[in-house]
Amino acid sequence: MAKTVFKRPKSLKENIFHYCPGCGHSIVHRLVAEVIDEMDIRGITIGVPPAGCAVLAYNYFDVDMIEAPHGRGPAMATAIKRALPDRVVFSYQGDGDLAAIGIAESIHAANRGENITVIFINNACYGMTGGQMAPTTMLKQRTTTSPAGRHETLDGYPVNVSEIFSQLKGSTYIERCIVNSPAGVNKTKKAIKKAFQCQVDGLGFSMVEILSLCPTNWKMTTIDSCKWMDEVMSKEFPPGVFKDNIAAKKSAEGA
Amino acid sequence: MNKVLMSGNNIIAEAAIRAGCRFYAGYPITPQNELTEYMAEHMRKADGGVFIQSESEIAAINMIAGASAAGVRVMTSSSSPGISLKQEGISSMAACELPGIIVNIMRGGPGLGNILPSQGDYFQATRGGGHGDYRTIVYAPGTCQELADLTMDAFDLADKYRTPVMILADGMMGQMMEPVIFKKPKPRQYSEKFMLRGAGAGKSKFIRGLYLDPIDSEEHNWKLARKYEVITKNETLHEEHNIEDAQMVIVAYGTAARIAKGAIKRLRDQGMKVGLFRPITLWPFPELKLRALSSKIKNFLVFEMSTGQMLEDVRLALQGYANIEFHGRPGGAVPTPAELANVIARLCDKND
Repeated sequence: MAKTVFKRPKSLKENIFHYCPGCGHSIVHRLVAEVIDEMDIRGITIGVPPAGCAVLAYNYFDVDMIEAPHGRGPAMATAIKRALPDRVVFSYQGDGDLAAIGIAESIHAANRGENITVIFINNACYGMTGGQMAPTTMLKQRTTTSPAGRHETLDGYPVNVSEIFSQLKGSTYIERCIVNSPAGVNKTKKAIKKAFQCQVDGLGFSMVEILSLCPTNWKMTTIDSCKWMDEVMSKEFPPGVFKDNIAAKKSAEGA
Repeated sequence: MNKVLMSGNNIIAEAAIRAGCRFYAGYPITPQNELTEYMAEHMRKADGGVFIQSESEIAAINMIAGASAAGVRVMTSSSSPGISLKQEGISSMAACELPGIIVNIMRGGPGLGNILPSQGDYFQATRGGGHGDYRTIVYAPGTCQELADLTMDAFDLADKYRTPVMILADGMMGQMMEPVIFKKPKPRQYSEKFMLRGAGAGKSKFIRGLYLDPIDSEEHNWKLARKYEVITKNETLHEEHNIEDAQMVIVAYGTAARIAKGAIKRLRDQGMKVGLFRPITLWPFPELKLRALSSKIKNFLVFEMSTGQMLEDVRLALQGYANIEFHGRPGGAVPTPAELANVIARLCDKND
């Protein structure tokens, strides 16, 4: 008997990803779709894609979606969730979207403890516009707008989003993952599932920051990109669980 | 229904809740704070009502866009500088065809300007305001009763055309108190097919304003343009006051029209035949109705609390068929009816 061990998740449409070879978006899209399938929440999920490479996410996710202006995903997601509390609402944001133009919307959604899930793709650059410096660009990293390398006194430091968001009293679950290895991909999926479950259980704001590859704009091979993520990027952005109040909130609810 | 005495800002909020608005997001700014505060007090008491004091005007407009997509009647409010911030979201709502009400209680500008009543945002309101080829329906109420009535009508119109509607008043309208009667709102007519509520077992939907293919994008723009043509044809509103025997007609809206009515009373007491043409919708502008007057009336005075913005629409409407004078008081200055009467009396003398 043939046994199916790998298939397209039901929550992904049969469209071919437009993402560049080696891009982390395709991996993360798939993981989110698998989690939606496994939790059987496709019919009640509403997604809010960002401006950036993932602006066309509605071509791939087979769930209801609405585009947000650049950075405003968490404001829209907040409203959709407040209007429809029994739906599962997630925003999908890049590092420019979340940590630059939309940091106000993102921090305040977290601080209000909105019961939404944020999938945050950190690839250390602006991908869609051609590889400019992002808030999460490494010091010394060359981009089209930091041609001599990011300089701390001129360009500031990389923004450590998970560390900042874990300090907010309103957030419940914050984890940073990395998708440069099969083990990392598996761990990322677990984190995404935990974040969605946090929302389904009504426990408040959850965010998974995912260190993601951008070989095109990093001007590296995919293999070198994976190495660079281990050797450079994850030194500035160490993966790990930064906040997990799920158990505490559950027991407080039970008490 | 009983008459109640309320301030303009509170009237808008109460009318919205009565019309079924169940989501409000806003950020404090003078002179519209009473509207936000009234919503804070009353929205959460309404069945399913959501009130959020947002972190910014930008967040507020995007919140109402999200709730609108979810199928709820929505409102945000602000005053001039805050409305500038909302333009990103207004353009987006027009593009995504999301209904919603934006209230602008105008203050003096440009920049931070001041907190006094002004009409300096006419261009911004009637020309779309944000980027791209779109229009926003703009109501300009002239009394507190109209604030109540037009706020309710605005929700119906926003749903009917799936487009944002702006209520454009000023600090005077927001702060003044008058007795009002709240009419019975009509039942909502808005198809579930436009709402984003999860796909269930069916096909998933998406709402977008992004069309990367130029042919798709052009067609989307023409589709919106056709809608705006229908609105222009069907939805203009205006008031004519003492027009029948008028030798001169003042064109003014909102607070300026109230001042004009006071001036007209004074002038008529002195035997001068002056009337008023008051646009109630600023976009669509009641262009044809105004042009029709020019067949018998040859002298018009545009009066605005600005340096002359609606003036351009009046020129376009009259097409050179009549003389147009202008009197303006920008930056938060509010003239008295006596001042305006003096201006008009001098003009009438000149024309004689």
